Amino acid sequence: MKERVVADLSKLPLHGLGSASLTFWGTSAFMLIEGMGFALAIVVYFYLMSLAPHWPIEAPAPDLLPGTILTLLLLVSIVPNMLVARWAKQRDLRKVRVGLIVMTLLGASPLIPRAFEFRALHIGWDDDAYGSIIWTMLGLHATHIITDLIDTIVLACLMFSKHGDNARRYGDVEDNALYWNFVVLAWLPLYGCIYWVPRL
Amino acid sequence: MTGSGRPPSPADLAAGSEEAEAFLRRTWSTPSGFLAALSTVDHKIIGRRYVATAFVFLILGGVLALVMRIQLAFPETRFISADRYNQIFTVHGSNMMFLFAVPVMEAMAVYLVPLMVGTRNIAFPRLNAFSYWIYLAGGLLLWISLALDTAPDVGWFSYVPLAGPQYGVGKRADLWAQMITFTEVSALAVAVEIVVTVFKLRAPGMSLDRIPVFVWSMLVTAFLVILAMPAIMFASSSLILDRLVGTQFYNPAEGGDVLLWQHLFWFFGHPEVYIIFLPAVGIVSAIISTFTQRPVFGYMPLVLAMIATGILSFGLWVHHMFVAGLPRLGSSFFTASSMAIAIPAGTQIFCWLATLWDGRPVFKTPLLFVIGFLITFVIGGLTGVMVASVPLDSQVHDTYFVVAHFHYVLIGGSVFPLIGAIYYWFPKMTGRMMSERSGRWAFGLIFTGFHLTFFPMHILGLQGMPRRVYTYPPELPWAGLNLFVSLSAFILAGGFLVFFIDALRSFRHGPRAGPNPWNASTLEWAVPSPPPPYNFRHIPVVESREPLWMSDETLAVATGLRLDRRELIVSSVTAGEPEAREASPADSIWPFLAAIATGIMLIGSIFSPWAVVWGAAPVAITLTGWFWPKQTREDES
Repeated sequence: MKERVVADLSKLPLHGLGSASLTFWGTSAFMLIEGMGFALAIVVYFYLMSLAPHWPIEAPAPDLLPGTILTLLLLVSIVPNMLVARWAKQRDLRKVRVGLIVMTLLGASPLIPRAFEFRALHIGWDDDAYGSIIWTMLGLHATHIITDLIDTIVLACLMFSKHGDNARRYGDVEDNALYWNFVVLAWLPLYGCIYWVPRL
Repeated sequence: MTGSGRPPSPADLAAGSEEAEAFLRRTWSTPSGFLAALSTVDHKIIGRRYVATAFVFLILGGVLALVMRIQLAFPETRFISADRYNQIFTVHGSNMMFLFAVPVMEAMAVYLVPLMVGTRNIAFPRLNAFSYWIYLAGGLLLWISLALDTAPDVGWFSYVPLAGPQYGVGKRADLWAQMITFTEVSALAVAVEIVVTVFKLRAPGMSLDRIPVFVWSMLVTAFLVILAMPAIMFASSSLILDRLVGTQFYNPAEGGDVLLWQHLFWFFGHPEVYIIFLPAVGIVSAIISTFTQRPVFGYMPLVLAMIATGILSFGLWVHHMFVAGLPRLGSSFFTASSMAIAIPAGTQIFCWLATLWDGRPVFKTPLLFVIGFLITFVIGGLTGVMVASVPLDSQVHDTYFVVAHFHYVLIGGSVFPLIGAIYYWFPKMTGRMMSERSGRWAFGLIFTGFHLTFFPMHILGLQGMPRRVYTYPPELPWAGLNLFVSLSAFILAGGFLVFFIDALRSFRHGPRAGPNPWNASTLEWAVPSPPPPYNFRHIPVVESREPLWMSDETLAVATGLRLDRRELIVSSVTAGEPEAREASPADSIWPFLAAIATGIMLIGSIFSPWAVVWGAAPVAITLTGWFWPKQTREDES
């Protein structure tokens, strides 16, 4: 087929940032999938609750302390996380490197209270359906924290390598920050279900 | 190098330099060799692989159907045992839904969508490669289990408590549940690729109201996959947990609920029908438009009907549970919503009829299959309205009436259009035409065989023959119709045999196809058949909804993309305005290795929960290898 040239694309930037980046949309789509997973866990929680004569079934409400500490840590982590995203947008390599180290530490620190959370539930996953769903919720979210932590560590290594100072990598840092925000926000309704609904 | 010693530039390509085009070809080509074949990220190669693999699963699933029909041809036959029959109907259904119907539609999209939106590769090509390998692994898992006589035997919807730890013996139900994980990971990955490709990689000028209907259909389908499939993953993961580590999700004695399974399964299962059907809407629209040589009537109503179908499909799941003893108010709501979905379906049918009425239809094989679809799907839709009614559903539930209904909907609604689509796009995919004569024979046999096979099942169902029975006593009045159905099934199989032989023969020996043998209007027909590795020499600029019919034999294009690295254009979501150039990843072995690592982890977790822990390390390593940039041109900016 004959061609008729009507535009020249050579002046376009070599990588799109923000919503012009493919990984932004890919990350958003995966957050939608995982968000559905979290939403379904919450629906199952309330479904099982609606069938139970009392809730929690055969167990006291979970202890608040470890889960609340974890929640506070997650909420605090949003501030440096957003700063890292901002520095990535500004392509400030030095600050991004520092920020990723901070986020690695802040990504790892919730795992400490999380380890105590399981014991604070006062029920085993195999005791009854109540135990099964709250262990599943915690496990599902713990998986997300670990996954993002590994991603952050790899990204930090990358930013300290010769590949770091690159528009694509800065975009990756922004997307990683976006995903961490999702991990934090997804926790809040789970926290309400696990710790506060049994106290209603 | 050019004569002057410098590498060819975009300007050389624009000037028509063959050397520049050869340079571009080298940049995008997959090298030859076994390792390269495992490493390719070309959407066309992966798409063809996907389609071929899905059709192999169709053949295998069809053979199982014939085995079942032999068993049921006469009363009290001992062709296969009850246990084997249970495995076969389970694998048949699971295979057709999870290994054929959904993957083949996504595979068509993997091949066609980038071409139709005018880009050079799909978004996330390595994820695309990974999705194929993980799909293949899931399929092999199911079929190897059947070969080893350990296949799941609990039906394609694997109801608890039959599939639970109390009644589901051995590892059969675990195999089913983990096969689900494999195929869902694959389906979700492709869905993400499709969404991002359609949103961000469209050719300049392809605004939302210029997207081909097929691409719209795959976009809506991808969203259905994203929103529906987590439900089955949650359900099957909970089932594995119940069986492996003793959770109590589905155990009523400990606060669980068997109906929870049904709710989760059908929240996925009903949209699944539309995940299979909506791509067919796109296929039918493309074929009707081309073979009437006019734009499809009612572009906007068609698109809106697809979106409405997608939304409504989430409000139907309870009609699969009318006999489960749910509150009557809920049943009434789901009856109404089930019947309401006939409205967008009717809109689509009338748009197609109007296109046929107003055009000059040329009844080539693809259009014949579309006509077969229209007839068959309407009948299936009518019985669908019938089973949406609680009193009738209560009578025919779990009888052959339902078997007849869903085969009318699924084969009529998706397989007929799909076969038409293969005849239609085969020239583009292979560069060769299929035989028109064989196509007519295939259509005649498939259409006749289908109706002779499945229509009598309505009657068998009304006579009370239940589903999933491996035999029946001679005193019941079912023998005559069952024999008729079984014989007819071989006519249907004969039609498919003609189709497959024609496809295989044409692949090597069919007449050569030009770029646009049907005089179609969408962008995939602007490139040679089969397309070169880079798809488009220059990125097309879209100036109308039917770019090839409005182009006056010339295609508006944009220049300026580099020839020495795999560059794509990223465009805005609504208007299709170019925003950036983006490097597309090079071939890589890591997605293949990641699929192997994931497969080992998932299969290991059937036997030990610790497999998730130790299996996660190789997965993390392979994903890091996949993610880590090499010294390639994709990393430049």
